[in-house]
Amino acid sequence: MKLYCLSGHPTLPCNVLKFKSTTIMLDCGLDMTSTLNFLPLPLVQSPRLSNLPGWSLKDGNAFLDKELKECSGHVFVDSVPEFCLPETELIDLSTVDVILISNYHCMMALPYITEHTGFSGTVYATEPTVQIGRLLMEELVNFIERVPKAQSASLWKNKDIQREGLCLIQPIYRERRPCHVLWSCVENQIIQCSGSQSMIPRPAPGASLGSLLEMQILRPTSNLNRKLWVWHPAIHLLAYPPAEFSLVFQPMDQASLKNSDVLILTGLTQIPTANPDGMVGEFCSNLALTVRNGGNVLVPCYPSGVIYDLLECLYQYIDSAGLSNIPFYFISPVANSSLEFSQIFAEWLCHNKQTKVYLPEPPFPHAELIQTNKLKHYPSLHGDFSSDFRQPCVVFTGHPSLRFGDVVHFMELWGKSSLNTVIFTEPDFSYLEALAPYQPLAMKCIYCPIDTRLNFIQVSKLLKEVQPLHVVCPEQYTQPPPAQSHRMDLMIDCQPPAMSYRRAEVLALPFKRRYEKIEIMPELADALVPMEIKPGISLATVSAVLHTKDNKHILQPPPRPAQPTGGKKRKRAAEDIPDCKVLKPLLSGSIPVEQFVQTLEKHGFSDIKVEDTAKGHIVLLQEAETLIQIEEDSTHIICDNDEMLRVRLRDLVLKFLQKF
Amino acid sequence: MLKPQDLSSRVLSFSLRLTGVLAAQEDCFQYLQQGELLPKLFGEAGPLGGAAWTSPAVRSGWIQGLRSLAQHASALHFLAHCGAVDTIFSLQEDSSLFVASAAGQLLVHILGLSMQGPAGGPPSLQAGDWPACAQKIVGHIEESLRATATPQITQALNVLTTTFGHCHNPWTQVLWVQLSPLVAGLLEKDPIPAAHSLVDLLLSVARSPGLSSSSCGLWETLAQTLSHLSPTQAGPLALGILKLQDCPQALRAQAFAVLLQPLACVFKAMAQDPGPSGVPDGTVGGSMTAGVPLPSKAACVGLLCRSLAHLELLLPLPQRPCPWPQAPLLGAAVTLLQLCGGSARPACDMGRHLCTLLLGCVRVQRAALDFLGALSDGTGPRELVTQVFAVLLEYLRSPDSSPTVLKKAFQATFRWLLNSPKTPGCWDLDPHALLFLRDLLPVLQKRLCSPCWEVRDSSLEFLTQMTRHWGGQAGFRHALLASEVPKLTEQLLRDPESYVRASAVTAMGQLSSQGLCVPPAGPEHQGGQQKSLLVELLHILSTDSEGFPRRAVMQVFTQWLRDSHADVAGDTEQFVAGVLQVASQDLDWEVRAQGLELALVFLEQTLGQPRSHCPHAVTPPVEAPVGPLAQALQPLCRVRLFDFAFRALFDCDRPVAQKSCDLLLFLRAQTASSSSLQESRSSPDVASVEAALQRWQAGDQAQPLGDLEPEVVLAVVRSLDLEGLRGALAESSDHVEKSPQSLLQDMLATVGVLGENEADCY
Repeated sequence: MKLYCLSGHPTLPCNVLKFKSTTIMLDCGLDMTSTLNFLPLPLVQSPRLSNLPGWSLKDGNAFLDKELKECSGHVFVDSVPEFCLPETELIDLSTVDVILISNYHCMMALPYITEHTGFSGTVYATEPTVQIGRLLMEELVNFIERVPKAQSASLWKNKDIQREGLCLIQPIYRERRPCHVLWSCVENQIIQCSGSQSMIPRPAPGASLGSLLEMQILRPTSNLNRKLWVWHPAIHLLAYPPAEFSLVFQPMDQASLKNSDVLILTGLTQIPTANPDGMVGEFCSNLALTVRNGGNVLVPCYPSGVIYDLLECLYQYIDSAGLSNIPFYFISPVANSSLEFSQIFAEWLCHNKQTKVYLPEPPFPHAELIQTNKLKHYPSLHGDFSSDFRQPCVVFTGHPSLRFGDVVHFMELWGKSSLNTVIFTEPDFSYLEALAPYQPLAMKCIYCPIDTRLNFIQVSKLLKEVQPLHVVCPEQYTQPPPAQSHRMDLMIDCQPPAMSYRRAEVLALPFKRRYEKIEIMPELADALVPMEIKPGISLATVSAVLHTKDNKHILQPPPRPAQPTGGKKRKRAAEDIPDCKVLKPLLSGSIPVEQFVQTLEKHGFSDIKVEDTAKGHIVLLQEAETLIQIEEDSTHIICDNDEMLRVRLRDLVLKFLQKF
Repeated sequence: MLKPQDLSSRVLSFSLRLTGVLAAQEDCFQYLQQGELLPKLFGEAGPLGGAAWTSPAVRSGWIQGLRSLAQHASALHFLAHCGAVDTIFSLQEDSSLFVASAAGQLLVHILGLSMQGPAGGPPSLQAGDWPACAQKIVGHIEESLRATATPQITQALNVLTTTFGHCHNPWTQVLWVQLSPLVAGLLEKDPIPAAHSLVDLLLSVARSPGLSSSSCGLWETLAQTLSHLSPTQAGPLALGILKLQDCPQALRAQAFAVLLQPLACVFKAMAQDPGPSGVPDGTVGGSMTAGVPLPSKAACVGLLCRSLAHLELLLPLPQRPCPWPQAPLLGAAVTLLQLCGGSARPACDMGRHLCTLLLGCVRVQRAALDFLGALSDGTGPRELVTQVFAVLLEYLRSPDSSPTVLKKAFQATFRWLLNSPKTPGCWDLDPHALLFLRDLLPVLQKRLCSPCWEVRDSSLEFLTQMTRHWGGQAGFRHALLASEVPKLTEQLLRDPESYVRASAVTAMGQLSSQGLCVPPAGPEHQGGQQKSLLVELLHILSTDSEGFPRRAVMQVFTQWLRDSHADVAGDTEQFVAGVLQVASQDLDWEVRAQGLELALVFLEQTLGQPRSHCPHAVTPPVEAPVGPLAQALQPLCRVRLFDFAFRALFDCDRPVAQKSCDLLLFLRAQTASSSSLQESRSSPDVASVEAALQRWQAGDQAQPLGDLEPEVVLAVVRSLDLEGLRGALAESSDHVEKSPQSLLQDMLATVGVLGENEADCY
């Protein structure tokens, strides 16, 4: 069993598992941190950004100044942002049979896999994952495509320039891949899982999973669309634990992860030192502080996920903080769909939220915020928003990288006043790097990363409870974060030590398969005559043909022996059939030595001696110069060429044993 | 005659207790003895061993009955003859904890009673000559101490602890000398049985004035116990030893080392230099790290918290160890807080392990902050004090600090600021503290906006404390006025949480007293109707649905009146009249009581007689008020102060009535020498007022008094039996409960509702 690690990002994994003849991809994350090296794409022409000086080498050589711009000591590429794709050369992606998506964050690279590699398998994801993943992709495409760049820079990536270290920016991605993601590329290949019951996936064309995998979704564990996949093959093979936890979602059913042979741990919290509850409090305090002083608050965020938690907190907080009159704006091309979708996935939510649906009330309180006009949402800052807009206000908008989306405009608009505050809640991007092209900046910056993924304390509890034989994780988790090298609690500590992987690495998983599950055809099973040898244990002899295909093993009734009716054709058929000899009966039971000796005496043997040995007994027939060695698992009759005697003795032995 | 088998267990239990109470008098006892009632109830013929005995209420009644009864020699005789002592022994192991505990107490009582001896004089100091009953009990204790079962040993130890705690006669020393070898023998066992009870006993013996500790080998036993007990068990013993007045220095040193042990472990784990004055010096530290590996989180946290709490208790005592290792303890507290907050950087594995154990541990954080606050009374090296402020700021800033931890951090910060070195002749904060304040105020601003009400509340309390102490100092004023804090505090007057509103009222009152309430400077406020704080507070007083903010407003107003606050001084009469009118209608008794306090202040100011705040102070001879008395009393009548005071005199809440009583008594004392007022006892006004007051006393308070003239007021005040009323009010509410009349009523009520109120076990 091999694991091909196509991504080095711990929370945006893309691993391929090859076992027997099946190839499965686990998640398909797209690393977007590379976009931080690019200049923001402003919705409205920004004189400041367009007038940034070009970057030139120390010797004054300015051949890159068209492509690279300098802002407050940082260099940025002036081009369409590019992303860091999973490795495509490590394994032939056309051989991937199945892609399993655990959450919407981990599916953004799907189009690159399904469109450019000859992939012909199936993608599985739960319904909320599919729906919200679609929103995320649509938003991303919209953000980038509505600000077309006249030029796309490529010179800076030139190998020679890179080799000579002339360019400050290292392209960690292999080729230019602008984000022309179209949902329709992927849509038809995704099968939505209902989640509540175990299910056997439909065999994908060209691949047959057979009995190897039995998929089970442990009820929603986390942020609406972050799901857990656990595989139960014939025996427990491998567990793939959840990406995230959040208070509003159902707790994970850990029992199903128990006794896994291998546990692959990815997607743990990116900010292990920040406790989400404390950060939410920090978020609210800073928001209130700014607004009370007449400033505006900008919250760069994704259109789904943490924003629901934030809105829920604010719902409880705004009245108490006297913020009832402050407008909240949510601006995203998919804002409306996101808010509405979140209300219809009640089956995935925690008990409290589910019960609300039966009242009937919307599970999330943002519906009420919308009804009371406290929260307003707009597809973009053009149109209705510009007429409704009043300050001070709070704006939630994307993209958290601050490189594209409506957030770029607000950064330009509000950045100059120290009354305003930008509060970073998404942990995916370094806020300092995100802010770099906006420097110098007067507005206050608050970093409140809210990461509800599993933290290390939860992981260590999980490991204690689940006790997997082996743990596999990204190498980042096997040592404390570089900034907190003394924090030994911020790493995975387990025995045996976790196997770590990095990008483009192939791991041989220490998985030994000792048993196979074999099915018996009903007609063959009917013909069996089991015999109980111990209470609860029965044996039966089986004569059958083992049929193995697509990792499924089936015992079928043997073909009937051909009737010897003569004729050339039939003769050949008879030859083809395996030679089914009459089988010797199998023996079981043990020989009580005393009774055996009595029987021997009855049958005329005399001068019998019994010796005890370590393994059993030796019965000596001194007169006949014969020796009967009785052991637990064998009985030998040793006599000198007296076949008659041997057969007689054998029959006497057999009397004590059962045959079947 | 009683037939116990027919009675319900509750009635039987009651009968047993009642009989005991009656038999406490020796003549009554004799009378009951003649009627054979006592053996029937307390002897083997009684409920003992019968079906009713299974009820814990009956067993408890039996013991309590005997406890009341055992007051005289006849009772002792009875106890010895009816075999009750053996039953009490067995009841020590009763399944009901109350019964078992009462049985132990009863044994102590009987032992004490029997050792009082016959009327002839004290018993012999030879144990062999002691009364039979005492010998029996001591024999039982000895047997229990030799037992292997821990519960039995615990019972014996508890009986002894109570004995030595309550009885300090010379015979107790004989008892200790006789039993101490057996007690010391317990230390040889592994594990030591009933360690907590053993500690209690040893401390009880050590504190007993009846024993001469040095002569009976107690110090040796204590030293031996300290070294045998586990660190967790030894902590309370060590603290107890250090609190003793006369104790050998070596033992004190040993006890102090036990208390310091866990902190020394922390030092060791952090591989720090123990420091010059060396709490955790090499030998102590070495032995403890070997002995206490701080294994599990629960054990480690428990040990540290206990150690910190013990040291904190020791800190203010005059008999605390000297020299006190202030600097190392300060270092240890700071290190612990850094470990819990994740900012410590341990160098060795042990430290990393400790870091993992303590990270985010709220219990240790709370204990360490309390301890750190307590340490502020002492000094410390400059760099350590800097570290203290740094770690406090870290906690105040951290989003992960829980509300309770934050509150403690605020308290510790205030104490440290209070004790920070001052420039001679200047009460302002020192430059370091002012620098700290610059970092602190933004944190306070943010905390005032916290979604968690506890955080907002403790921030406001902190602000109030700060303002009270440094509100007049230029450095503080400048920093505070430059921040958003006053504005945010004003907004919190409308907080949805009543506790926060109350704290905001107090804070605003304080800020306003110090002239730190700045009107909003925004353009939208200019020229508009700027609501004054006084109006805002009056609004809260009359409309707030919760009591806490209203109480806070009353306190602020009282303080303002005392301090002649600018808003009040303009038209004091109108202010007092308005406040009293609202306060007198309030449903909350504390608001009404506070209203009377405000009235008293106004009275004092009007009569020009500052009241001494110390009730025992010698009052200077009363001087007649300036000007005619009637004129002086006019303003009081105008603000309807007396209407309120008379009404409060019959308030259903005792403290309000008491306060009103005090106020009127004060008035009477002030006016006693004055002869300028005409005697108007017989005027019709007085009669009508007295009639109205009588109706009020009867509960009908509907009728108003109308406008009162000063003469009428004085006449009424002089005619009222205020001293008698004050005496009645001063009795605790218990005195009614405990009166014989109440007992009778209870008995009647119990009989009356017996059938319907089964659950109410008497």
